[in-house]
Amino acid sequence: MPDVNITIDGKKVTAPAGTLLIEACKSVGIEVPSFCYYPNLSLQGACRMCLVKIEKMPKLQTACTTVITEGMAVSTDTPEIHQARKGMVELLLGNHPLDCPVCDAGGECELQDMTFSYGAAESRYIEPKHHREEQQWSPVVYFDRPRCILCYRCVRVCGEGMDVWALGVQNRGVSSIIAPNQEDHLECEECGMCIDICPVGALTSGAYRYKTRPWEMNHVGTPCTHCADGCKTTLGVRRSDTGMEIVRGDNRDKSGINGDFLCIKGRYAFDFVDSAERITRPLIRKDGQLTPASWEEAFQLVGRNFRETLERHGGQAIGVFGSNRTTNEENYLLQKFARVVLQTNNIDHHRTADFPALAAALAGKSGRTASMRDVYSAPAILLIGSDPTEQHPLLAWQIRNNVRLHRARLYVVNSQSIKLRRQATLFAQVPESGGEAAFIDFLAGNAAHAGENAAQLQDLRDKVRAEPELVVIFGSELRGESIARLVNALPQAKFVSLGDYANSRGAADMGLYPDLLPGYLPLDKGSSFAADWGTLPTLPGLNFLQMSESAKAGQLKALYVVGANPINRFKVDPFAFSIVRIADAMGFEVHKLVPFRRGEPADMGQSRGAQSGEADRHAVWLEAHGLEPKMSPFDPMAIFDEIQRLVPGYEVARLNLMAGNDQHTEFSGLGALQDPGLIVPANDGLFTSGTLGRYSKVLNSVSENQHRTEQTEVAAD
Amino acid sequence: MRFSDQFEQRFSEMLTHYPTKRSVLVPTLLYAQDETGFLSDEVIAEIAGRLELSELDVRNVISYYSMLTTKRRGKFNVQVCTNIACMLRGGEELFEHCEKKLGIGHKGTTLDGAFSLEEVECIGGCSWAPAVQVNYDFHENLTPEKMDRVLADYRNRLHE
Ligand code: SF4
Ligand code: SF4
Ligand code: SF4
Ligand code: FES
Ligand code: FES
Repeated sequence: MPDVNITIDGKKVTAPAGTLLIEACKSVGIEVPSFCYYPNLSLQGACRMCLVKIEKMPKLQTACTTVITEGMAVSTDTPEIHQARKGMVELLLGNHPLDCPVCDAGGECELQDMTFSYGAAESRYIEPKHHREEQQWSPVVYFDRPRCILCYRCVRVCGEGMDVWALGVQNRGVSSIIAPNQEDHLECEECGMCIDICPVGALTSGAYRYKTRPWEMNHVGTPCTHCADGCKTTLGVRRSDTGMEIVRGDNRDKSGINGDFLCIKGRYAFDFVDSAERITRPLIRKDGQLTPASWEEAFQLVGRNFRETLERHGGQAIGVFGSNRTTNEENYLLQKFARVVLQTNNIDHHRTADFPALAAALAGKSGRTASMRDVYSAPAILLIGSDPTEQHPLLAWQIRNNVRLHRARLYVVNSQSIKLRRQATLFAQVPESGGEAAFIDFLAGNAAHAGENAAQLQDLRDKVRAEPELVVIFGSELRGESIARLVNALPQAKFVSLGDYANSRGAADMGLYPDLLPGYLPLDKGSSFAADWGTLPTLPGLNFLQMSESAKAGQLKALYVVGANPINRFKVDPFAFSIVRIADAMGFEVHKLVPFRRGEPADMGQSRGAQSGEADRHAVWLEAHGLEPKMSPFDPMAIFDEIQRLVPGYEVARLNLMAGNDQHTEFSGLGALQDPGLIVPANDGLFTSGTLGRYSKVLNSVSENQHRTEQTEVAAD
Repeated sequence: MRFSDQFEQRFSEMLTHYPTKRSVLVPTLLYAQDETGFLSDEVIAEIAGRLELSELDVRNVISYYSMLTTKRRGKFNVQVCTNIACMLRGGEELFEHCEKKLGIGHKGTTLDGAFSLEEVECIGGCSWAPAVQVNYDFHENLTPEKMDRVLADYRNRLHE
């Protein structure tokens, strides 16, 4: 769009035509106060805080609804404007309870800030205030009506942003109130976006309310530990009896790919760390009883037993099962440990997507994968399978907002009538089990469609092929050959393969496969690794199902499980592993191989930084457990250095990464075809998160509260 | 939920007038209320369903318009204007008179279900103030005595 020149407070400003005046001001560092205006939501013009003087216009104008035009001359700071804003604040405070000393928002309240800036500290009102008791609308959403300043941000973010439309406005004028969809309570996605966006303390969360004051917390950015979308969440942590405690999660600073978005899990389900059932010290089975032990004792025992097994039976007798929740560094180390120390390729993890097949399909091609950012800006998206609203909330948010704000075309192919069809230009329902894969055959060929929805699918194929710039997103419905066919069918497209759990992609990238080294390199292409690590085991490894068979046959003698629950996932017979003496001795109770019930050492993967609060707590911990002499000097970057040196696709800008920003990595290994049967989708919904979710009070309380009856859906307008 | 044929005819006709279904919400609510007396939960659910809106949306619109109600009203809804013109010509006294006469206050309904009373803003009868609207009929240039006759007339019509 052509640029427009305007003057703001004497400064010359140039901005694209169509820019809102309030944004133009922001672009040159001039703050125009606002309550109801919120970037990317529809314009409301309700609060009149953003009044500015525009030359030749008789009255003050709202900067949030005014589009800049050539030659416009604007003043944002005159006594008249000051007076008007002060008046607005005074009116807002007219019925405001002013209970700032106990209000959750106190200290980060926009109304407090405005009152401070415009000095409307004295009120000329003597009328009694209308008081209303606060209401609990759901396990996480509370509403304190008198504090509400009717900016309607919550209504708009829930409707336009979330496509839930659970909040509305009742009555009119001064008697307007925000109302939940079920008259006295909410039935919704419980994302907490409404709470987060509320400029005052009218909407508060069950998780955080009345617990602390904002200035008593430290804020630690960390990736969300739940789904694979990789939201950045900023945890508010506070000193407590037990060290540090996490009291709040949000992303109000809008850093990270998710901006201010978080779903219920990222926002509230960090509370699993406080589960009383969490194992925080090693347990060793002694006389049939799991008994707490020191780290020293546990490591000695495991080390001794691993060495004995290795010496007596060779590496083939040991299996390793890694995690979708631990970091890349941890997974990298784990497979290196398996291959170099345990001398085995018997390493696997819970696979939820066929990343190796995509790597294989994309081998030799670059720039063919899309990032979460592309999903927000691509002019067209083809979504095959999965239900992002439930399984990938951030992805669904990006798609919805791309459609709403950029008019992207969305094509949906799914066996279920998933909610995102409401944003779709074209939605084609395909038969259950296998419909998505069959669609790929149709898409890749030129034959006419014979089955149901023929005309629609034909139309969809024509349209998708004609899209010059396309992002294709697919779920675990597509595996193996289908992925290769899809990639070849749409040479113009960039691809996203959806896995479950926080770091499933990392587990795959870091080579938790019996036949693939980090970076999807087949074992016989691993000369660079061999050069660095020394000799590598050459025998092909066993996948998890094969390990289970091998254990049954008495050949696999030891299993090392890290942060996973394979018995549950693969529904294998736990007794297959009942002979696994070492795992047992390590404290694994085989039918409860879950991250923090039995056996997993105390670390909680990605939330560690936040829990410890300060970097050198790590050193203190090592020291306290007698490990410092063995691990010093501990350099967390050393592993990443090695990954960057050896793993193709990880040539990312380190500085950017250190700053907590997202970095897009490409697949660059060769990949390999895998047994599609090993892929077991997590099938988590909005309110579940595998094992972690079972230990989250918030998620449990919300699930119990849900009467998720088939809700009648409403128009997405 | 059944409405009259006339309602259905109007409803389908209106749908053709606008690009989106929700545009017909307000008149639909009014016509429905004319038939059923007030907008019950059942009516709200029915209309929400027909227009593909959430019940919340429908309730919000009802609560915005004072002429729409979710509570049962009397057969005759007496709306007394107390806005400027009427106020200057005795509208407030007229309203108080009605309160006394009917034994109910603002938004009240008589026990026999015959009358409801409401104090309303300008109803466009300023030239003949003070004005009162009963259901869709206007009564102008009123005094308490004239008002008594108006109310008596309606009471007689109760048994028609
Ligand atoms: S929690 Fe989320 S879905 Fe529920 S009302 Fe608030 S914004 Fe809407
Ligand atoms: S509850 Fe908060 S966000 Fe919603 S209208 Fe009131 S002040 Fe605004
Ligand atoms: S969308 Fe996924 S990554 Fe983001 S907050 Fe929710 S669970 Fe966490
Ligand atoms: S910010 Fe402009 S009117 Fe509210
Ligand atoms: S002021 Fe009463 S009708 Fe206009």
